[in-house]
Amino acid sequence: MSRLNPRRIALALAAPVLALVVAFIVTSIILLLFGDPVGDVWKTILTWPRPRQQVQVINAATVYYISAIAVAIGFRMNLFNIGVDGQYRVAVFAAAVFAGQAWLPGILNVLVALVVAMVTGGLWAGIAAYLKVKRGVSEVISTIMLNAIATGVVSWLFAKVAVRPEGSNVVQTKDIPESSRLEGFALIPGATNRVYSMILLAIVVGFLYWFILGKTRFGYDLRATGRSETAAVASGVNVPRMVMTAMIASGAVGGLVGMPLLFGQDFNYGTTIQSGLGFAGIGIALLGRNNAVGIAFAAVLWAFLDIQSNALQIQAGVAQEIVFIIQGVILFAVVIAYELIRRADKRIEQNRVAKELASAPKAQPTTEGAPA
Amino acid sequence: MTQPAAQQPTGAAPAVELEGITKRFPGVVANKDIAFTVKRGTVHAIVGENGAGKSTLMKILYGVQRPDEGTIKVNGQVVELHSPSDAINAGIGMVFQHFMLADNLTVLENVVLGAEKLHGIGDAARQEIVKISDSYKLGVDPDALVADLGVGARQRIEILKVLYRGAKILILDEPTAVLVPQEVDELFDQLAELKDEGLTVLFISHKLDEVLKVADAITVIRRGTTIDTVDPTSVNARQLAELMVGSELPSPTTEESTVTDRVLLRVERLVLGGGTGRPVLDDISFTIHAGEVLGIAGVEGNGQAEIVEVIMGMREPTSGEVYLGDQDISDWHVRQIREAGVGYIPEDRHRHGLLLEAPLWENRILGHQTEEPNIEAGGFLIDAKDAKADTERIVKEYDVRTPSIFVTAGSLSGGNQQKLIIGREMSHHPKVLIAAHPTRGVDVGAQSSIWDHIRAARREGLAVLLISADLEELIGLSDTIQVILRGKLTGEFDPDTVTAEDLGAAMTGAGDKSGAGDETDAGPATASPRHTDPTPTDATEERS
Repeated sequence: MSRLNPRRIALALAAPVLALVVAFIVTSIILLLFGDPVGDVWKTILTWPRPRQQVQVINAATVYYISAIAVAIGFRMNLFNIGVDGQYRVAVFAAAVFAGQAWLPGILNVLVALVVAMVTGGLWAGIAAYLKVKRGVSEVISTIMLNAIATGVVSWLFAKVAVRPEGSNVVQTKDIPESSRLEGFALIPGATNRVYSMILLAIVVGFLYWFILGKTRFGYDLRATGRSETAAVASGVNVPRMVMTAMIASGAVGGLVGMPLLFGQDFNYGTTIQSGLGFAGIGIALLGRNNAVGIAFAAVLWAFLDIQSNALQIQAGVAQEIVFIIQGVILFAVVIAYELIRRADKRIEQNRVAKELASAPKAQPTTEGAPA
Repeated sequence: MTQPAAQQPTGAAPAVELEGITKRFPGVVANKDIAFTVKRGTVHAIVGENGAGKSTLMKILYGVQRPDEGTIKVNGQVVELHSPSDAINAGIGMVFQHFMLADNLTVLENVVLGAEKLHGIGDAARQEIVKISDSYKLGVDPDALVADLGVGARQRIEILKVLYRGAKILILDEPTAVLVPQEVDELFDQLAELKDEGLTVLFISHKLDEVLKVADAITVIRRGTTIDTVDPTSVNARQLAELMVGSELPSPTTEESTVTDRVLLRVERLVLGGGTGRPVLDDISFTIHAGEVLGIAGVEGNGQAEIVEVIMGMREPTSGEVYLGDQDISDWHVRQIREAGVGYIPEDRHRHGLLLEAPLWENRILGHQTEEPNIEAGGFLIDAKDAKADTERIVKEYDVRTPSIFVTAGSLSGGNQQKLIIGREMSHHPKVLIAAHPTRGVDVGAQSSIWDHIRAARREGLAVLLISADLEELIGLSDTIQVILRGKLTGEFDPDTVTAEDLGAAMTGAGDKSGAGDETDAGPATASPRHTDPTPTDATEERS
């Protein structure tokens, strides 16, 4: 027997599959109830995407992935960082303003802008971390409020730095110089659009997440704190410091969420900035079970549903918002399924341990006396 | 199942009759062939050591768990108890050791909560409460706020709650654990009152002096089965203790002393403030030499847990110092203290000793994240390979019964979890070992092997601080025993000459040592029940 026993793997896969099935059924029922064409909707969503859409899926998944990793860092130690949305917003604004100044040439400008984004996101999350450690404020409350504050602060600052390019009606921050724009990779043959270069960033973030949490002492301390704060304290983990570090790390990664968009598509911060990326990250982290690879699959699924739903209005005459229902049901179902499976797994394992011990040749007759 | 309670007692039918009750959990038989009879209108005590199966038995009687075999008769009728409400319908009520009261509600509100259908929530309920309170002399004011009440009063509310729901048979689970001696006496008076009114009380305890004082009959449980039911007038505490632990009484230390004159742990005038009221720890001083086991005896919640927390660096003392060898470690952080060679067997292994959902090998790292063999690359990385190999070694050397090192810690039985913890701590060659209730909730086999490990530690020249509620364990293992009462060390005993009765008396302040009656203020604010759960729950019940 080893870590990778088949029962574990089967149980781990059962939940998301179950959730997808449930989401499929529930959504179909809703469509039926309101007289929408069920068949057309699923046909539209489930057709194999064309190359252009494939690129869009990958690009959207890249952004989602970073967002979900940011959330997952908090989750691993029972911190609920609802504030990735705000952290992402302040960070992308700061990075856009910085990169727009073109103080540094080409790729250097990009790299330093990434640092600016991480520092800004980290500091923003640091406010919530500080409040939690010093004042006992729940990070759920403070990060939600910081989201609202982030919107306000950024709008206010935006008004100070915004410019209106000639012949345009929209205001925006100064465009980043041509030399700092990343043209992307032509990964999918036949597609005119390109995959964000920042997919590399997502891969690096994912790798570091896996490595630091899974392999380092710091990661061990962090996971131990998440599993049992009391046991972590007794083992010598400085929990307040751990809260600070994890929250700031989560915010710093949250700050990177907007980078693929900034350097691969928008090239400035404007009023069209995408919101809600942080919230999507929460769901994707849940679906991916805080696992670096699991989150990648979840992010692709999420992006796939998003992109495929664009055609719903035209192809099936159904508002594309139906996809929110699908995503919502998936989340509900998966959270419930994970909990059920966790309990089942625990019970199975306890019984199995008891049974294997009872049948082991050297084991003594069942010991008497209660553990309770 | 509703009729037995309503039914008039039919002559001689005993209140409760148990026959052949057996309950198995994965890996252990918690109860085996339990049989005894409780006469109506008596106080019937159930005594047994921690882990003897008392709690499981009570859970069965209260419908929380169902027996695998056996029958329960109430008032002569066989009943099937599927849930606590079945038990209540059968006239059985339970007063838990940990009070289940809402502080911010009044007594009335607490009592009617969940029983609104009986007498409503208004004046009718108030009258009923006053009536019960008067007839059993409980002295409960229905409009008092629970937050303002002391422990004794809270317990009376719990009793009242049960009576209010029509119980004729009361189960009291370790009711005196949280009480100071005066309150214990009051409780006993009330139990007598209940008895006179024809109610039946099942009194669970492991405190023999109390049991002898209050019970009309005593049933002894050992290793999950009933050993005997005796008449308290015909036995003394010593005989009862022998029944409880069986013939294999831990031979009060026959090993020769290994105590040296080298001081390894020294605690100097330790004070830990308790917010308002008296301090939780009051001027605690002791020294432990290499090769010495210092035992600390005391009733739960008298400051034992806090001594451990202060030594381990989990709590800052208000004043006083802790020295490891010559070094003042009072200001050190937990990790430094552990690195410096203090091994720690926590009182509540589920909360402080293990990550229940993590595999054994990850638990082997816990508490020693900065030490070999768990680390590599200068302490930056976890060395999973070496940690796993070392876990295999611990599992073998310490006889941890597990199919593999990859199963979660939560799936092991209590005894095996504890052996893993001891193996882990001893593997880092500590100088000092802090062992808090090391055999609590473990089976008898594991118990003796844990004792052997502590004896071995002593032989190897460790300084051991042993905290336990099991007096025989303390007497059997310690070189010196200190008694703690209300945060003060109140007496030192030589385990070669002391008896469990002497210790018991000193622990409750009833002995000849000072401190018996001088602290009548040990009241509401300070004596609130502690959170530490002395009956570790099954792993299955543990919150993740």
